Amino acid sequence: MQRSWRQRFHLPAVIGTIPMILVAVGVFVIGIGFSVLWSFTSSKLFPTYDFVGLAQYRRLWADSRWLVSVNNIWFFGLMSISCNMVFGYLLAVFMDQRIRQEDLFRSIFLYPFAMSLIVTGLVWQWVLDPNLGLQAAMRNLGWSSFSFAPLVDANTAIYALVVAGIWQGSGVTMAILLAGLRGVDEEIWKAARVDGIPTWRTHLSIVAPMMKGAFATAFVLQCVGVVRVYDLVIAMTGGGPGIATSMPAVYVIQLITVRQNVGQGMAAATMMLLPVLVVLGFSGLVLWRRNRRQGARV
Amino acid sequence: MRYRILAAALAASAALQFAGPARAADLEVIHWWTSKGESAAVSQFAKAFDNDGHGDKWVDSAIALGETARSTVMQRVLGGDPPGAAQFNPGRQYEELISGGKLLDLTDIATAGKWDQVIRPKAIGSACLVDGHWWCVPVNIHSNYWAWYSKPVFEKAGVPEPKSLADFIAAAPKIKEAGFIPFAIGGDGNGWQIQLLFQDMVTEALGVAKRDEMYTKKSAEIAGGPEMKGVFTQLRALKQYTDNGYANRNWNDTTNLVITGKAGLQVMGDWARGEFAAAGMTGVKDFGCMIGLNEAKPVVSTDGDIIVFFKQNNPDVEAAQKRLAALLISPEVQVAFNNAKGSMPVRGDVDMSTADPCMQKSLKAVEDPANIVTATNRFITENTNQQLNELVAQFFADDSMTADDATAKFSTIIGNSD
Repeated sequence: MQRSWRQRFHLPAVIGTIPMILVAVGVFVIGIGFSVLWSFTSSKLFPTYDFVGLAQYRRLWADSRWLVSVNNIWFFGLMSISCNMVFGYLLAVFMDQRIRQEDLFRSIFLYPFAMSLIVTGLVWQWVLDPNLGLQAAMRNLGWSSFSFAPLVDANTAIYALVVAGIWQGSGVTMAILLAGLRGVDEEIWKAARVDGIPTWRTHLSIVAPMMKGAFATAFVLQCVGVVRVYDLVIAMTGGGPGIATSMPAVYVIQLITVRQNVGQGMAAATMMLLPVLVVLGFSGLVLWRRNRRQGARV
Repeated sequence: MRYRILAAALAASAALQFAGPARAADLEVIHWWTSKGESAAVSQFAKAFDNDGHGDKWVDSAIALGETARSTVMQRVLGGDPPGAAQFNPGRQYEELISGGKLLDLTDIATAGKWDQVIRPKAIGSACLVDGHWWCVPVNIHSNYWAWYSKPVFEKAGVPEPKSLADFIAAAPKIKEAGFIPFAIGGDGNGWQIQLLFQDMVTEALGVAKRDEMYTKKSAEIAGGPEMKGVFTQLRALKQYTDNGYANRNWNDTTNLVITGKAGLQVMGDWARGEFAAAGMTGVKDFGCMIGLNEAKPVVSTDGDIIVFFKQNNPDVEAAQKRLAALLISPEVQVAFNNAKGSMPVRGDVDMSTADPCMQKSLKAVEDPANIVTATNRFITENTNQQLNELVAQFFADDSMTADDATAKFSTIIGNSD
């Protein structure tokens, strides 16, 4: 049945969302438009309109720091998203066991997410600093051969970032998945128990598929968080040692502000936009399919 | 009658207002002089400006780390809210600010102050004199070509004080055995300290003339040559004598390792001397200085700091900016500032009898023009500078990168630089 325009768009609702629409169009669409436009120019410190075609993209993909950044984001993304989802789900299941002091535990697990990464990243940096943190403490206690300094080694620094990312992200994944778990009807659990299905099997084959929406939300949030990861890197390693933990967002800011090379920075920003568009398109597709199925059911 | 007095008083006060000097202004100055010695030096500027007799006020905006301070300035300029003045290093960091018409032209006070005659060497003035106009004030001459070492550490390790970098590398194992960090360095700010060391080593290996040729002609051939491979090999050798806390350390914490006798030697510009002085040490008995990484081949570079002033569209503020510009280069302020900072004054007509033995070395070396090394920043843009930072920092951090790879990458960066 075709609904009329008036039914679909309520006037008060449209008026209410106008500020949001203006911000979205003004800041995001126009801003992104200029970013893409300037990525085709030779802009250095000041944006210019001297178009040079794809030259900035060619220079970008020849820059070893950008290549390292791209490799890092894949590694960081795959590791932290998969671990976050697994740990988040396990934590949510744990929290769902009607444990005592649930509020307290929930606060503890959510706490890393609630605090600024600049602060927690710095704390991590201090804990992992060989002269201040864990290593120095163990050595002062008498274990003089103790060696644990992942941040200062170019080969291990990225793992330290992943661990901090998991520490920060698994709490919020837990919160979303816990809400999803609580949304599952109690009757289903009872029915499964009556049928003698083991608990793990109920989780895996019945409950998890019913929580598709919660999983999708948590996944998309994680992905967006990974693409724009910046403060964690700046606070913990500053992109170092050397360029070992550089990330695309760090690279873009570095090029625009420090290197005074707006054109190439915008080319990098445009490259970053692509995966975000893919993720948004994917989540949009999921949402659209779900809406259509629900619409068909009604 | 009463009214007439009132009117006369009003008229008098109005006349005073207009006939008096231009109104005072507050000037915000962004700089990255944040270490102990540096802030002692910059307070000399602030004191002089606050007491200039016009009621002006120095509003201090100190931002740690040069690249952060510079990018803040650039963002403020782009956003249409430039500070009154800002620090830069002489070179190409601000060339777009000049061509973009963002800077206040200082030519009239420069002519009045005969800057072209008092500023020496000429190379330091030419950083500000572009197309016949003065766009900035050079405030000091820093040389990047220095190594600072702790005399007690060398004594306790039982090795002679170094006369060259090669001497030091030979002595380093003994210093390590004695329980000290032989070589102090820090990796903050994209690895600029490592690149400073690297540039010193490049000049030592290539010689001034060949090094200048490499940068002016963007010669990928020289940049890929055997001398450069030797530099990278030596850099790798130095790394094994560092401690593993170097990754995020800033330069003054690194200097502090030498000051407190935890580390043997640091390669750093002569602003490090300001730190030794602020710690109450003198260059005769507490610490040693090695000029140019090789005492037999002393060199001094024309690095340093300059101050630019941004157009404000307000005649009162611009008058205050020009007062500050003239003040910065006046003989008394130059002496007070540079003595605290550890740098050389930009004018030759001031009394430097109080200079310590290290500065005497550089004052002697600067007499021969063949010893003067043009600052690397004069040749390369900030973009190239940061690419080199990244390359050198990556090589230093990643032991799996070979000297051949690094030389090839260095050659590509120099060949493609603009």
